[in-house]
Formats: sequence, structure tokens, C-alpha cells
Amino acid sequence: MKQLTVSNSTLQFKRYKWLFWVAIVLVIYIWGITGVHFTGIKDSAGEVSRSIAYGIFHPDWKYVYDGSGEDLVSLILQTLAMAFLGTFISAILSVPFAFWAARTGKPRFHVRSTSGKLVLTLIRTFPEIVLAIMFIKAVGPGSFAGVLAVSIHSIGMLGKLFSESIENMDFGPSEALMSSGGNRAQTLVFATLPTVLPEFLSYTLYRFEIAVRSASILGMVGAGGIGTPLLFAIQTRTWSRVGIILLGIIITVTLIDYISGTLRKRLV
Amino acid sequence: MNIVPTRTFTQKYHVKTVVWLTLFILLVIGTAKMTGVDFIMFFANFGQFTALLQQMAKPDWQYTSLVVQPILETIQMALIGTTVGTLVAIPFSVLAARNIVKNKFLRGIIRFILNLVRTLPDLMLAALFVAIVGIGPVAGVFTLAIFSFGMISKLFYEAIETIDEGPLEALQAAGANKIQMVVFAVIPQVFNYFVSYFLYTFEINVRASTVLGYLGAGGIGVYLQRSLDQFAYGQTAIIILGILMVVLIIDGVSNTLRERLL
Repeated sequence: MKQLTVSNSTLQFKRYKWLFWVAIVLVIYIWGITGVHFTGIKDSAGEVSRSIAYGIFHPDWKYVYDGSGEDLVSLILQTLAMAFLGTFISAILSVPFAFWAARTGKPRFHVRSTSGKLVLTLIRTFPEIVLAIMFIKAVGPGSFAGVLAVSIHSIGMLGKLFSESIENMDFGPSEALMSSGGNRAQTLVFATLPTVLPEFLSYTLYRFEIAVRSASILGMVGAGGIGTPLLFAIQTRTWSRVGIILLGIIITVTLIDYISGTLRKRLV
Repeated sequence: MNIVPTRTFTQKYHVKTVVWLTLFILLVIGTAKMTGVDFIMFFANFGQFTALLQQMAKPDWQYTSLVVQPILETIQMALIGTTVGTLVAIPFSVLAARNIVKNKFLRGIIRFILNLVRTLPDLMLAALFVAIVGIGPVAGVFTLAIFSFGMISKLFYEAIETIDEGPLEALQAAGANKIQMVVFAVIPQVFNYFVSYFLYTFEINVRASTVLGYLGAGGIGVYLQRSLDQFAYGQTAIIILGILMVVLIIDGVSNTLRERLL
């Protein structure tokens, strides 16, 4: 009899568990909504959005190419170059980080891999914009600072993805090499790297897609690429210029995504 | 008799690999020229960089109390932005799912719009919305709403496309209309995925919202920009530490919840 009542009360608790969650969510949302001070929308909002829409549909075609090196095509190429070089450097730098952070057949907590994972998380959370500003102090404003920012920031994500693919790789080839007397360096070069290389390449391409997006905004803090003229055009309210730059970015990102997606499908 | 397999000229000298490698190296050199990479200058000026790091290594602890409120504001911005984006994304994701909307043309248009929205980088949206609605957290909320709309609608329609067709067919056979089918067959199947993706997007938005303020869209980014402009790197260090902690906590909570959901 007693047993029955106990199970009954736990049943009752389970039945009303959703109420508990709803209450928590409600409290969080009330806190959220009261927190954001609605500073109001500027009276000119409607007018500005109309001008933006007008600018996007009447882009400044003259800006596309004028041979000065400060036009849309050259700057978008520069953005792509930043993303490409940054991702390339970061892919090379990520490999040692990946081996540092990879946990292979060891217990759950392992000093080497846990510390490596922590470092990668720290790199990942460090805002890319701040990194770009720091590099601007070192090498001056321009796309080189952007390249450095992309290459350091990407380590966080690439290192994590690389280390996961090392953890999940097939250890057959490396065991075979070791049992036939290969030393560590030989195992690495002839078994481990060839096994993980296609995945590494695929992740690098994926990261390149992301880098193109972030390279296009790094210019907003002065780190080169298309971001600088875009911010300038927004601040000076030259909406036809904003329109053409937006079009340029949308087309570039779509194209790069498509090409990289096709390549990645062929790789894996 | 054994026949030694012969290799063609291209195979023997790895022509394909060599060509690709040469192209790749040329591309690296070309892009390095284009972006003005100069590692000699980088290492020559490395002293400035380390000086900056040294300044950041001495956090200005008194600044901590000032940072708490804007960080909370950042989380609130992310929460509301993600929620608004999700609410708008739900109808769009249903319309973009292959197994719900059989009309290829309508689906194509919706997916095209979603793809366009996804190409826009977050800071660029922030700059636009600051121009439209003015400086403040409202611009940040709009930015994050649009940003999470693009992301979440794709995750949602992919989740909807993986559902089991059985309940759908059963409801259709029993004479249910489209809306009833969505409510009683689709939503119960995808609800957990939706919540999980919502949390995931929220994580990303918290990260993104920390820098939106750099362009005036509210939150901790405003303070980040101020400290960087004033060369007060001790304060910058505190802000970055704060961002780090918040991101780690939110990631931890959201990961635990997501693991329990799926």
C-alpha cells in the first residue's frame, strides 16, 4: 500500500514536471524582455529603409570596376585572398594543436588532451575583431592584419575539428606500421596523415567558406578587404554604393559556398 | 607469366599532383602579394604586439563591476533576438521542407530567400540596423533576429525533412488538412530537434552579440570599443575575460540541455 502511494506521488511529480520548465522559461523571458531598454526606433527609420531598398535595387554599377584598385572587384578579390591565405596558414598551424588536443584511447581526463582542448576553446572564444585590432597595432591597418586575424582565430575551430577526426580515425594502418617496426615519425607520415588528410582538407574548405564571410567584415575595423568601403558607404548614407557592395558580397559568398560544397562532396 | 603493370606517363610522373601543387603554390604566392604579407615587418614590430599583450595581462579588476550589467544586456539581446528569429523562421522552414510543400516553385523561392539571408555577415547587418533604427540594443536585437532567422530556418527544414512519413500519411488518410497535419504529425516529431537547434543558435548569438556593440548595436561591445579606443587594455582584458566566462557558461548549460533532449 505504501509502495503504491510513493509511486503515485512520483507519477504526480512527473506529470507536472513540464510546469516547472514552463515557469523557468517564463522567468528567463521576463528577465530578458525587461532588460533590453527599448530605446525606440528613430523617426527616420522608414525613410532610411526605403532609401536602402532603393539603393539595393539601383546599385552604383560604376563602382564595380574602375581600374583604381579601390573598386568592388579588386576589393572582393582582396577579401578572398585574405580568407584563402588566412585559412591556409591556420590549417598548417592547426595540425600540431590537433595532435595536442586529440584524446586517443586514454581515460576521460587526460592532462595533455584536456589542456589542448581548453586552449582551443580559449582561441575560439576570443573575438576575431579584437584580434584584428591587436594585429593592426602590430603591422598597421591593411589586409595583412586581416590575414593574421583569420589565421589565428581559425585555429580554434580547425584544431577542434581536426582533433575530432584524429580521435575517430581508423587505427588499423598505424598499428600495422608499428607492428612491422615503423617508428613514430614513420607511422605519422605513412599511416596517420594519409588517413586523416581528406577530412582535414574538407574541414579546411568549410572553414574557408566561413573565413570569406568574416574577412568581408574585418575591414570595418580597418583590417582590409571590402568591409572598409562598406562601413564608409553606410556611414555616409551612399545607399547605391551599399547596394552594389551587398550584391557583390552575396554573389561572392554564394559562389564560394557552391564551389567549396562541390569540392567537399568529392573529397569525402 | 607475370605481367608488370605499366603506368602511363601521367601516372608515372604524378603530372596531376604536380600541376595542382604548382597552381596551389602560385595561388598562395599571389594572395600573399595581394594582401601585402610581410613577415619581416611582423617580426620587427612584434615588440609592439607583446607590449600590448603585457598591458592586457594586467587586468583592471576595478572595472569588473561596470562590466556585469552590459554583459547581462548582451545575453538578453541574444535571447530576444534568437526568439524573434526562431518565431519568424518556423513558418518559413515548414514552407521550405520537401515533404510538406510539394510545389517545387514555391519551395525554390523560399529557399532562395533563405540562402540570401544566410550570406549576410552579422556585423554588416549590425551596421545597417544601426543606420536604420539608431544606436542601441534594439539594433542588436534586429541584427540577431535576422541572423538567427537565416541559420535556424535551414536547420529546421532539414529536421522536418528527416521525419517519419507514417503519421503524416495516417492523418491525411483520416482527412486532416495541411495545418492539422503540421500540428499533430510534424511538430511532435521535431519538437526536441527544434529546441536543441534553438539552444545551439542561442550559443552562437551570444558569441556574435559580444562584438555587435562595436558598431553601436548595444551590449558589451560598446564598452569593448570604448576601451580599445582609449588604449585602456586593462579594461579590454576584463571585458574579454567576462565574454569568455559567459560564453563558456552558456555553452556548458546549453550542451547539457541538448544532450538531455536528444
